[in-house]
Amino acid sequence: MIEKEVIVLSLLNNLINGISLGSVYAIIALGYTMVYGIAKMLNFAHGDVIMVGAYICFFATQNFGLNPVVGVILAMLVCTVLGIVIERLAYKPLRSAPSLAVLITAIGVSYFLQNSALLMWKSDPKIFPKFFSYTDAEGTVHSGITLFDGQLTITYVAIVTVAACVVIMIGLTLFTGKTKMGKAMRACSEDKSAAQLMGINVNTTISMTFAIGSALAAIAGVLLCSTYQTLMPTTGSLPGIKAFTAAVFGGIGSIPGAMLGGILLGIIEIFAKTVNTQLSDAVVFGVLIVVLLVKPTGLLGKAVREKV
Amino acid sequence: MLKVENINVYYGAIHAIKGVSFEVNDGEIVTLIGANGAGKSTTLQTISGLLHSTTGSITFQGENISGVPAPKLVSKGLAQVPEGRRVFLNMTVQENLEMGAYTRPNSEIEPGLERVYELFPRLKERYRQVAGTLSGGEQQMLAMGRALMSSPKLMMLDEPSMGLAPILVDQIFDIIKALHKKGTTILLVEQNAQMALSVADRGYVLETGRIVSSGTGAELLADERVKKAYLGG
Repeated sequence: MIEKEVIVLSLLNNLINGISLGSVYAIIALGYTMVYGIAKMLNFAHGDVIMVGAYICFFATQNFGLNPVVGVILAMLVCTVLGIVIERLAYKPLRSAPSLAVLITAIGVSYFLQNSALLMWKSDPKIFPKFFSYTDAEGTVHSGITLFDGQLTITYVAIVTVAACVVIMIGLTLFTGKTKMGKAMRACSEDKSAAQLMGINVNTTISMTFAIGSALAAIAGVLLCSTYQTLMPTTGSLPGIKAFTAAVFGGIGSIPGAMLGGILLGIIEIFAKTVNTQLSDAVVFGVLIVVLLVKPTGLLGKAVREKV
Repeated sequence: MLKVENINVYYGAIHAIKGVSFEVNDGEIVTLIGANGAGKSTTLQTISGLLHSTTGSITFQGENISGVPAPKLVSKGLAQVPEGRRVFLNMTVQENLEMGAYTRPNSEIEPGLERVYELFPRLKERYRQVAGTLSGGEQQMLAMGRALMSSPKLMMLDEPSMGLAPILVDQIFDIIKALHKKGTTILLVEQNAQMALSVADRGYVLETGRIVSSGTGAELLADERVKKAYLGG
C-alpha cells in the first residue's frame, strides 16, 4: 500500500519536472519553428541566443542589482536586437542561396556566439540566482510547494515556466490568427511571391519573426538557468538542439506542434533519466529518429506540396 | 495608364523577353496572347516588380516604376492575379481577402469585403472556409477578389481561365467584363486567345519573347496568322 503511494508520487514528481523542462523546450522550439515556417531555414544559432539572454539577465541582476523582471525585459530587448542583426548580416545575403549554405552559416553563427561569450564572459560557470524562491522569517528558503509530507514538490520555477509557456502559446495563437502582422506572417510562410503581390514586405516580416523568436529565447534562457542554476557559454547549445528535435517531433513549421513536441520531449527525457542518466539524451534523439521514420512530417506537421 | 518600353528580361542565361513595348490606356482591356513559354507571365511579373528588366522603362500613371519592388507597387494601384491563382491555401477565404487589403487602412476592409462578396456571392457563402478546400473556379474567384481588395486602378490577370471547365471560364470572363464596366483597367494574359480577344479592346501577340503582332481585338480575331496559330483554324 505504502509502496504504491511512493511509486505514484515519484511518477507525479517526474511528470511535473518533465512538463516544466518540456515547457522550456517548447518556448525555444517556437523560435525554431516560426523561423523555419517563414525563412525556410534552420537557425542553429537559436540555442546560443538563449545563452546570451541568460547572461544579460545574470549581469543585470547580479552586477547591476536590477530587479529580475527588469533583467528579463533587458535580456529580451538585447536578444531581439541580436536576432534581427544576425538575420540581416548572416542570413539575408543568402536569401537565394542553396539551403546547405544557409545551414552551414547558421552553424558558423552558433560557434561565433559561443566563442564571443567565452571571450567576454570566460568559461567558468556562473551560479544563476534562484529568482523563484523566498526566505521566511526563520531563514528557511522556500522554492516550491511541498505536498504529501514533502514527498511531492512543485517548485515555483516549474509553475512559472509552465505558466509562461501557456501564456506565450495563447499570445502567439492570437497574434498569428487575429492581427494584421500575424496574418501577413502566415501569408509569407505559405507563398512569398503572392505575399509580395499583396503589398507585404517579406524582409520586414522575416525580421519580425527573428525578433519574436529571439525574445522568446531570452525568456527560455532565464527559465532554464533558474531551473538548473548554471550558466556557461555552452549552456544554450544542447537545449537548442533538443528544442530543434522537439520542433521536428511536433512538425516543423507548426506552432502547436512545437508546443506538443517540446512538452512530450521534456517528459520523455525526465523519465529516461530516472532509468539511466547517461542514456537519456540518446533516448531523446532516438525518439526523433523513430518519429521521422514513422511520420516524416512530425506529429502535427502537414505534408507540404513542393511548388514548382 | 501603363507604358512598357523596350524591356529585356533574363532568367540566368535565357533571354526570356526581348525588347517588348506596349501600352495600356485608361479604361481599356488589353490582352497579351501567345503560346506557352512566349513570355506572357514573365512580362506581367516584370511589371509587378517580381522580376526586373535590364533595359528600358515601365511607366505607370506617369511615374517610372522600373526597379520598384513588388510590395510598393500595390499601394500605387497595381494589382496582379497570379498564374495558378496562388491563394493562401491554409488561410480562410476572408483572411485571404484581408491580405488583399494589406496596404489599405483598416476602415476600407469592411466595404471592400462587401464589394467582393457582392461580385462573388459564392465566396460569401464560404468566407470561413480554408481556401485549400475550394474548387479551382472558386479559388480563381478568390484570387480575383483578393486583388480587388487593394482597390486597384490596373488589374493584371495571368491566365485566369487556366484549368477551369468551360462554364466557369464563361463566368470568369463575365466578371472581367463587369469589372471593366465599373472602371477598372485590365491587362489580361491568356492562352485562350479566342476568349481573350473577344473581350479585349486591343491585343498584342507574343512569340518567344517578342511582340509579333498587335491590333484591336476584332482585328486580331480576323487576322489569318493569329487564326492559324492560336484560334485553331
